[in-house]
Amino acid sequence: MKSTEKMPIWRILMQWEAILFFMFVTMIVVDSKLSPYFLDLNNMLRTTFNFMEKAIIVLPMMFIIICGDIDISVAGIIALSSCFMGLASQHLGVGTPALISIGLLTGLSAGVLNGLIITKIGVPAIAVTLAGLFLFRGIAYVILGDMAVTTYPKSFAYLGQGYIGNTRIPFELVLFIILAIIFGIVLHKTTYGRKLFAIGNNSTAARFFGINVNRIRFLNFALIGLFSGLASVLLTSRIGSTRPNIATGWELEIITITVLGGVYIFGGAGNILGVVISIFMVGLARFGMGLINVPGVVMNIAMGFLLIIAILLPGSLRQLQSKILAKQQQR
Amino acid sequence: MLEKVVKKREFILLVSLVSLIVIIGLRSPRFLSIGNFRDILDDTALLAMVAMGQFMVILIAGIDLSVGAGVALTGMSVALLHQYYPGIPIFVIVLLSILIGFLLGSFNGILVSLLRIPAIIVTLGTLGIYRGFVSLMSGGTWVSAHEMSDAFKNLPRGGFLGVSNLLFVAILCVIIFGVFLKYTRTGREIYAVGGNEIASQYVGINLKKIKYLVFMIAGSISGLAGLLWVARYASAQSDTAMGFELVVIAACVVGGVSFFGGSGTTLGVVLGVLFLGIINNALTQINISPFWQMGLQGLVILVAVIINTVMEKRTKELIIRRKNL
Repeated sequence: MKSTEKMPIWRILMQWEAILFFMFVTMIVVDSKLSPYFLDLNNMLRTTFNFMEKAIIVLPMMFIIICGDIDISVAGIIALSSCFMGLASQHLGVGTPALISIGLLTGLSAGVLNGLIITKIGVPAIAVTLAGLFLFRGIAYVILGDMAVTTYPKSFAYLGQGYIGNTRIPFELVLFIILAIIFGIVLHKTTYGRKLFAIGNNSTAARFFGINVNRIRFLNFALIGLFSGLASVLLTSRIGSTRPNIATGWELEIITITVLGGVYIFGGAGNILGVVISIFMVGLARFGMGLINVPGVVMNIAMGFLLIIAILLPGSLRQLQSKILAKQQQR
Repeated sequence: MLEKVVKKREFILLVSLVSLIVIIGLRSPRFLSIGNFRDILDDTALLAMVAMGQFMVILIAGIDLSVGAGVALTGMSVALLHQYYPGIPIFVIVLLSILIGFLLGSFNGILVSLLRIPAIIVTLGTLGIYRGFVSLMSGGTWVSAHEMSDAFKNLPRGGFLGVSNLLFVAILCVIIFGVFLKYTRTGREIYAVGGNEIASQYVGINLKKIKYLVFMIAGSISGLAGLLWVARYASAQSDTAMGFELVVIAACVVGGVSFFGGSGTTLGVVLGVLFLGIINNALTQINISPFWQMGLQGLVILVAVIINTVMEKRTKELIIRRKNL
């Protein structure tokens, strides 16, 4: 009895992740056939630099979307954090620890501001963060104008460019893996995670169950602000310069990766495994296409179709399944 | 009483718009000249057109993130067509731009209505797809001014009685949309679907038709806007109208359109468009660096959404109080 009960649930949960994993493996096989340089481990490790900052924001975005919210101000927060770090570095000449704190604190404050307006006044998250997208990057434009800050201390570069010890493993990659494990545990093994799913499925019912819905939503927005600040620290360190147009358009790419990873856009479903596969699939696909000189725009087209298929396929598989089940019951 | 509260939103917007104009006018009298207002209207005409389509989509609680990419793809297609076949008459190009926009919008509409994929996902996907095709088609190059004929470039500029064709088309669009949404059966059905999707089905509204229709219309109008865009700026690039979708959505939000659907007026959207347009224009007039533009837009959006939410709450409370009486 137990096994028959577990089977369909397991199937539904695993379906998209399994498809995603299959696509991931296919992509690696195809890419390695097309270019002899693809399977080179050092190359692969080095290419993770290009998408780890996005990956780090995808984690809290997963929480936000599972909760039924959305945040499109993340790229604006990156610009603002980077701008303040640039100012502090250029005019005050502060060291690396102070720069990191400034980056993180700026991100956190922006997230807290979003969270307060969303939960205290009750404005829809998409509207507030749409304003934030303009406001945060707008402040960076007001402060920096057409200038760029390129004076950062030498030790600051380690965060975005450094490797662990003498290995070829990037610091950013290790940081992401640790964070992904923590987010996975919080999402799937703690009450906080269960509450996220409960709110995403039915926030009214969740409130009647005694869950402080607005507190959790607020924490999510503060968290994604903090992580946008962290991503900003890593990105600024990696490219070694700050411009107000830094990370333009990242918000949509981050949401795309999250949804592609199987997180339901209206909340209530998603898991860490799919999201992590999605991050690496998108990142390595870009790398592979770059190796065989396919322009990045083709990747955008592929990702667009993939996103639509990602939603379409599990739904139609489920429909097919229920049709088969109905037929079996008729017999 | 209830009607008054609902009407108030446009009133507040109008009052703040007029006071904004007066304040800027005091600092720079040149701002108040007729010529400058014509400039503002010309600059905001494209935004107004595309905002009308977006407005309808948000009315059914959807969102269209692909409009900027749609503008770019249509603009690039017709610009390339014009470059390689200069013999095609302009009116055929106008019709083609609407047709291409219609196809792009229909693709969105079919996915949303028939396959029931959330609008935000569909249009996030097609944003990447359409934008990708712009680069593929152009091969990364531009279509620049000297590759366009004068007739092509004069399409938005020419006009009569001091009104440019571009502005004329935009005003026509606004009037058609205003009448369509307020006085036709389909227009009211769009409001009904946004107000309560399930209830609208029970009263016999064809949900699929309405959902397809709004995306199709939003696409067609972006198509026309795409042609006017490349003709007006005399260049078609792969990053034409990049990020335009967010400005368009912002204009709707400032105009008081609710993301929950079913609420918002054509007048409100027009005022929202003008508000953003005037901020952009005024900065240069009163010697403030244009780098303030984005931040101020953000502030306006923030204030607008907060006012909207507070007023919506008040309306709800009023309804509850009325029920109790």
